[in-house]
Amino acid sequence: MSDITLDAKVPDGDIQTLWDEHKFNMKLVNPANKRKYEIIVVGTGLAGASAAATLAQLGYNVSAFTFHDSPRRAHSIAAQGGINAAKNYHGDGDSVHRLFYDTVKGGDFRSREANVYRLAQVSNNIIDQCAAQGVPFAREYGGLLDNRSFGGAQVSRTFYARGQTGQQLLLGAYQALAEQVGLGKVKLYNRCEFLDVVEVEGRAAGIVTRDLLTGEVQSHAAHAVVLATGGYSNAFFLSTNAMACNVSAAWRAHRRGALFANPCYTQIHPTCIPSSDEFQSKLTLMSESLRNDGRVWVPTKAGDTRGPDQIPDSERDYFLERKYPSFGNLVPRDVASRNIKTQVDSGKGVGPLKNGAYLDFAESIKRLSPHVVEERYGNLFEMYERITDENPYKQPMRIFPAPHYTMGGLWVDYHLETTIPGLYAIGEANFADQGANRLGASALMQGLADGYFILPYTIGDGLAPLLNKPLVDTNHPAFKAAEAEVTERYRGYLATNGTRSVDWFHRELGHIVWDNCGMERSRPGLEKALAEIPALYQEFKTDLRVLGDDRSLNQSLERAGRVDDFFQLAELMCRDALEREESCGGHFRVEHQTEEGEALRDDENFAYVAAWEWTGPDTPAELHKEHLDFKYVHLAQRSYK
Amino acid sequence: MTATEPLSDSPAPAAPGRTLNLTLRVWRQAGPDAPGAFEDYDAPGISVDMSFLEMLDVVNERLVEQSREPITFDHDCREGICGTCSLMINGRPHGPQRGTATCQLHMRKFADGDTIVIEPWRAEAFPVVRDLAVDRAAFDRIVEAGGYITVNAGSAPDANLIPIPKSVADAAFDAAACIGCGACVAACPNGAAQLFTSAKLAHLNLLPQGQAERYKRTEAMVDTMEELFGSCTNHGECEAACPKEIPIDFIALLNKDYLRAKLKNRRYLSRKP
Repeated sequence: MSDITLDAKVPDGDIQTLWDEHKFNMKLVNPANKRKYEIIVVGTGLAGASAAATLAQLGYNVSAFTFHDSPRRAHSIAAQGGINAAKNYHGDGDSVHRLFYDTVKGGDFRSREANVYRLAQVSNNIIDQCAAQGVPFAREYGGLLDNRSFGGAQVSRTFYARGQTGQQLLLGAYQALAEQVGLGKVKLYNRCEFLDVVEVEGRAAGIVTRDLLTGEVQSHAAHAVVLATGGYSNAFFLSTNAMACNVSAAWRAHRRGALFANPCYTQIHPTCIPSSDEFQSKLTLMSESLRNDGRVWVPTKAGDTRGPDQIPDSERDYFLERKYPSFGNLVPRDVASRNIKTQVDSGKGVGPLKNGAYLDFAESIKRLSPHVVEERYGNLFEMYERITDENPYKQPMRIFPAPHYTMGGLWVDYHLETTIPGLYAIGEANFADQGANRLGASALMQGLADGYFILPYTIGDGLAPLLNKPLVDTNHPAFKAAEAEVTERYRGYLATNGTRSVDWFHRELGHIVWDNCGMERSRPGLEKALAEIPALYQEFKTDLRVLGDDRSLNQSLERAGRVDDFFQLAELMCRDALEREESCGGHFRVEHQTEEGEALRDDENFAYVAAWEWTGPDTPAELHKEHLDFKYVHLAQRSYK
Repeated sequence: MTATEPLSDSPAPAAPGRTLNLTLRVWRQAGPDAPGAFEDYDAPGISVDMSFLEMLDVVNERLVEQSREPITFDHDCREGICGTCSLMINGRPHGPQRGTATCQLHMRKFADGDTIVIEPWRAEAFPVVRDLAVDRAAFDRIVEAGGYITVNAGSAPDANLIPIPKSVADAAFDAAACIGCGACVAACPNGAAQLFTSAKLAHLNLLPQGQAERYKRTEAMVDTMEELFGSCTNHGECEAACPKEIPIDFIALLNKDYLRAKLKNRRYLSRKP
C-alpha cells in the first residue's frame, strides 16, 4: 500500500472568483529570476507549443521536444470543427456559466467543477490571443467573427477556420514557438522521443530521450517537466489519431509514480468513414459540424440492398431525429455513436460491408444551394471523395463511429501538476476537464487554455521556492540508471528475434480492446479481454520481430516501444472499465442502462475520479479515489430528448 | 475546386474491389552519408481501395516476414493535413492526383501491371535521412526568422476589435492552408522555397494584425530562404505540385513586399503613401 493522498488543491471560495483570487495568492517568480529556471516541455501540439512559447515569453529557459521532424506536425493539426468560447458574440444567451454548465453536463458529471469553470473563463482569452496571432477564423461580411453551433450545444459558440480549425490554431502556436526558438529562448529538439522521467529527491529532475536519427540516449535536467503528449486512442489500433500518437510518455511517467486517471473514459466519434478492408491503417474523421446540415439515417428494413436513391423517405429511419426530437442529429457524441452502432448491429448497416449509416445532405443542398454547402464543408466533401471514390454532393456519405479522443490521462491537481512534484501534464495528456465525455470543440479549447493561460501561472508557484537551486547533474545515478534501462529495453526488442511484426501485435491488441472495451462494455467481455491481453503480451515479449539496429532511424523499433506501453495501458483500461459499475459518457456498461437504453450513472457510488497507481509489472495497479463534489451544477440524468 | 470537377487527371479509375499486381522501384539509402540505389519489389494483390501508404505498409509487412528491412518513409496523420508524408511518385511530388497529398492518394489511380518509381524529395536543402525520409528543418528556420505575429499570451485585445473583411480573411486563409510538406521545393528545378515562404508571408502580411512587422518579417524570411534554398526562376512547377493548390500569385506578393521592405523607412510605416 502506498501513502498517496489525492489532494486536488482546489482553493476554497466562490467558483466565479476562485481562479482570479488564486492567481493573486500564488507565489510569483520575479521577471529577472525567471531566466534562472530550466523547463522541459514534451510535445508540441496545441498544449505543448502554446505552453513552451508562453513560458519563454515570460523569460524561462525552455527546451521543447518533439518526435516529429517539425513541431508543426502534431496531431492537433487534424482537428476540423472548431473551438468553443463563451463570447456570446451572437447574443443567443451564452455565458461563462453556460459553457461551464454544458461542459460539466456533457462530461456526464464526472469532471472537476473548479477546473471546468476556469476553462470556460479563459476560453474568451484564447479567441483574443489567436485572432491577434493572425489565425484566419471564419468571418461574417461585416468583418466580425462568425460562430456555429456544434454537437451538444444549443448556442452558437464555436469559432472555426473552415474545416481546418486545428491546423490554423496549431500554426498560430507553432509560429509563437518558432519566434521563441529564433530568439534563442527555446531550444528545440526534433525527432527526439521522450522515454522516461527521472525523479530525484521526490521531484522530477529531468527526462531521458532517444534521438530517433542516431539512436543516442540522452539525459536532460530541468526544474520542471511538462508533458503535453496527447491521448491514447491508438490503443484501439484503428482510430482517427495519427499513426504515431501513443501513450508512452504518460505511461512511463505513470510507471515512475504519476497516477493515471479514468483510463476507461474514451471517446468514440460518431462521424468517421467506415473501414473498407482489412489493411486499413487508420480511420478518417469527418467533422461533427457535418451533423448541422446532414441527416443521419438507415433503411427501416434490415438487409435492404437498394442504393440510397432507391429508398423512399417512408422507408428511411432518421433515428436520431426520431429518438431525440429536441437535439436531433446534434446529440452529443457518445449518444450518437451508440445509436449508430445499435442500428448497424441490428442488420441495417449500409455500404459494401454493411458497416455504416448514411449522413445525407440532399435536403440541405436543396435548401441552401450546393454553393453554400460547398462553402461550409467543401474540403470535407473532397476528402471523403478521395478516400471512398463517392461524391457526397450526389449520394449520402457513409459514417461509423471510431475511437477519437481520450478523456482519461495523467491525474493532475488544480495546478495541472501530477502526483510527481515538478511534473505537469497538459492538454489531452491529462484527465482534468472533460469528465466522461468530451463535447465537440472542447479539446482545442482545453489544450490552449492549459498552455497559454493556466500552466504559465501555476508553474511559477511550484518554481518560486526553488530559486537558485542548481539543476541535478545528468551524471546523477538516477539519470544513468534510467538511461541504462531505456537502452536495454530497446536492445531487447531487437534481440527478441521472433516471427511477428510490431504492427501485427498492435492490430491484434486493437481488436481485443475494441471488441471488449469499445463503445459497449460488459463484465464478461472485460474479463475476457483481461485474460487475452496478458497472453498476447507474453507472445509480444517472445515472438516480436524487429529488424535493423538501434543506431539509426528505425521506425519499427520506435513503434515496438509504443506498442509495449499500449499493452500495459490496455489492461488498465479494462480494469478501470470493470471496476466502474455504472455507465457514464463514453463508458457504457451494458449492465447499467435505463429502459430506453441510455447511460445509467450511479452517483452515490461512482462520483469519483479513479486514479491508478503503478505497483510494478507483476502486481495489479492500486486504485485511489478523488471524490467529486458538485456545488454549482445539479446532478441530473442527461436528457437530449 | 467546384463540386463536380473530377479530382484526378489520371486515367480511368480501377473498379472497386479489384486488386492490382505492381512492381515498386524504391530508393533505398541506409543513412545521410551512405550511397543510395533503387531496388525493385513485387507488390502483388494490392487492393484498389488502399491508400498509397497502406500499400507501402503491406509491402513492409511482407519484407519483415522475409527478414528484410522495411522501407523508411515519413507519414503521420494520413488525412492530408500534417504535411509529414512526402514521396516522389513516378517523378511527381505526391503522385498523379492533383491537389492530393500522398497519404490521400489511393491505389485506384494506378493500373494493373504498373511499375511505380518511389523516391524521396530531391533538393539540396532537404538532405535524405534514410530511404524516403528527408530533413525539412530548413522550413522551420524560415518561420523562425519572422513567420509570426508577435503577441505575448494575455496581451491581446478583444478579438472583434479589428473587423477584417471576409474577402481578406479568406485570402489569408488560402495562403495559410499550406501544410509545409515541401512538395513545392521538390518540384522546383532550382530547389527554391518561394511558394512555401510566400504562403506564410501572404497569410500574415494580408491581415491587419500583421502590418506592424510586415516589412521586417518579409526581409528576414526572404533572406533566410535565399540562404538555405535555390532561387526562383518562375517555372511554376511548385503550384502544380502543391497538395493544397496554393497559387503562385502569392510569390508576386512576396516579391512586391520584399522590394517595398528595401525602400520603406520603417519609422514612417504608419503614414499612408
